[in-house]
Amino acid sequence: MYVAVKGGERAIENAHTWLAEERRGDTSVAELSIEQIREQLSLAVNRVMAEGSLYDPDLAALAIKQSRGDLIEAIFLIRAYRTTLPRFGSSNPVNTAEMACDRRISATFKDVPGGQLLGPTFDYTHRLLDFKLAAEGETAEAPNRDTDATAIPHVIDFLNAEGLIEEAPHDDTTPPDLTREPLEMPADRPLRLQALTRGDEGFVLSMAYSTQRGYARNHAFVGELRIGSVAVEMDIPELGFAIEIGEITLTECETVNQFKGSKSEPPQFTRGYGLVFGQTERKAISMALVDRALRWEELGEDNVGAPAQDAEFVLYHADNIQATGFLEHIKLPHYVDFQSELELVRKLRREAMADNVAEAAE
Amino acid sequence: MMQDTYNFAYLDEQTKRMIRRAILKGLAIPGYQVPFASREMPMPYGWGTGGVQVSAAVLTPEDRFKVIDQGADDTTNAVSIRSFFERTAGVETTTATEDATVIQTRHRIPEQPLTEDQILVYQVPIPEPLRFLEPRESETRKMHSLEEYGLMHVKLYEDISRHGHIATSYAYPVRVEARYVMDPSPIPKFDNPKLDDNPAIQLFGAGREQRIYALPPYTKVISLDFDDHPFDPSKADQPCGLCGSNESYLDEIIVDDAGNRMFVCSDTDYCEKRQAAGHKGKFAA
Repeated sequence: MYVAVKGGERAIENAHTWLAEERRGDTSVAELSIEQIREQLSLAVNRVMAEGSLYDPDLAALAIKQSRGDLIEAIFLIRAYRTTLPRFGSSNPVNTAEMACDRRISATFKDVPGGQLLGPTFDYTHRLLDFKLAAEGETAEAPNRDTDATAIPHVIDFLNAEGLIEEAPHDDTTPPDLTREPLEMPADRPLRLQALTRGDEGFVLSMAYSTQRGYARNHAFVGELRIGSVAVEMDIPELGFAIEIGEITLTECETVNQFKGSKSEPPQFTRGYGLVFGQTERKAISMALVDRALRWEELGEDNVGAPAQDAEFVLYHADNIQATGFLEHIKLPHYVDFQSELELVRKLRREAMADNVAEAAE
Repeated sequence: MMQDTYNFAYLDEQTKRMIRRAILKGLAIPGYQVPFASREMPMPYGWGTGGVQVSAAVLTPEDRFKVIDQGADDTTNAVSIRSFFERTAGVETTTATEDATVIQTRHRIPEQPLTEDQILVYQVPIPEPLRFLEPRESETRKMHSLEEYGLMHVKLYEDISRHGHIATSYAYPVRVEARYVMDPSPIPKFDNPKLDDNPAIQLFGAGREQRIYALPPYTKVISLDFDDHPFDPSKADQPCGLCGSNESYLDEIIVDDAGNRMFVCSDTDYCEKRQAAGHKGKFAA
């Protein structure tokens, strides 16, 4: 009797052992290697790096393996690891105009300098299960062509030359860092972008989708979507100049949005911006749409009360690690609080019934 | 076993310093919610990451640490947090309230009165007492700074007019030193009187919401009420089935398929001590 809460220690240990066994699955099936996950589940790896805010494909692959493919759990593992890492400094801003593009498309112009470059996309595949993959995985080699190393210019800059799109002036202010400072309102655009890039893909997608369906519609055109690798450079004080410390793959999306003009601005196009680690284009496009919706105030637009316009709503609920933690914590024991509610409900019921009896007697 | 790969109590010293600054600010302005740059911990938000960070910042190698959840030392999450600090800080742990120098708690204040040599660390899910009246942080911070607490009184009054009672039984709001309205964390209102004039330092950590607040020793803490509806720290009208105590907060346990109930102390240390001293309840073996 009264054993319900006893034995916590052993129960936890046994649960962990069972979990490890379940993770491995049938031992007669070959174990997954980190390399296999990194190479063959690379979009999952990308998502974990983006929302985990840590660019390390091997660690992301390890996290996916350890979490049994639960990507939010994997993101959590990466976040918890990331927070223990010492910070040596910060890189210079990456220059996406210098990106070595694997993919680069514009939905606003039929052809643009640098060309439309489809790259490895699902876009025009027919979504038919490929049963051949179930039997053998080998694929044909994709054809290659030589490219020149010249940088591909940003499409939006062509609009800018005509003054048709708002200026995005160069700004060297150090952006705030929400991993080192508590998120406080009002949040400026760099902070909002930082929260969105590590926000939950599903949440950001749904917020963006809601703007398309009319909740603060801002009709976005994909001015440009580019995916490729950029150099990361860092100033080394001892050397007195910046050196390249590595390369990362990024997805960048710039949207061109309608704007009717306001009291201070003539009619022109406006911008939304998305930038995410890895090949993560759904997320980058979503981010650009939500970024644009959140800019209503600085552009002098009306607040129509749409969720995607509400920075406090979007930013406080975009983080899936916070969300999943708080949601799942209701599994923890709450019997003390529940007990006090039981007492209260019994008391209120007792009084309500007594009142009824008294009324009936009258 | 202490693991050498992590800093003492897991967090690096810079982070601990940042948290200590927030704690000191909180102690200087009792009941005020201090924003702090909460870190991702190796346990999920909602599992006590705020309390864990506060404990990590105040623990020293000489401390003796106790963790309770729902008043009990052996609930799964209390076990998990205790073993976390055993691993990362190597501090001595205890289940005896009077032996502990730092006590981390979820949802209860120990029955045994605390002393000046103790720190009580609360895990807090929603630090903002006005949150369910006003969802916007930007608004509630304004309300605190203007001392605009009318909304809270209206809510309590509406409870009385609808139900005849204030229908809040846990996380019952308090006023600290006649200034800030504070959420005492989801402790049952039975525990509210223990917040007042307590000799121990009381620290509150909300990890996900990135807030720390504090009550220095002997702070005046009043549960909100009305003259004609005074605060009532109720509990189940039963003695403990194991130790017979009439004083302690009780959990209700369903003991058989017929739905029969037994009431036992939620504070396991208190209950075991009483049983060891020879007190017996109706169901004692």
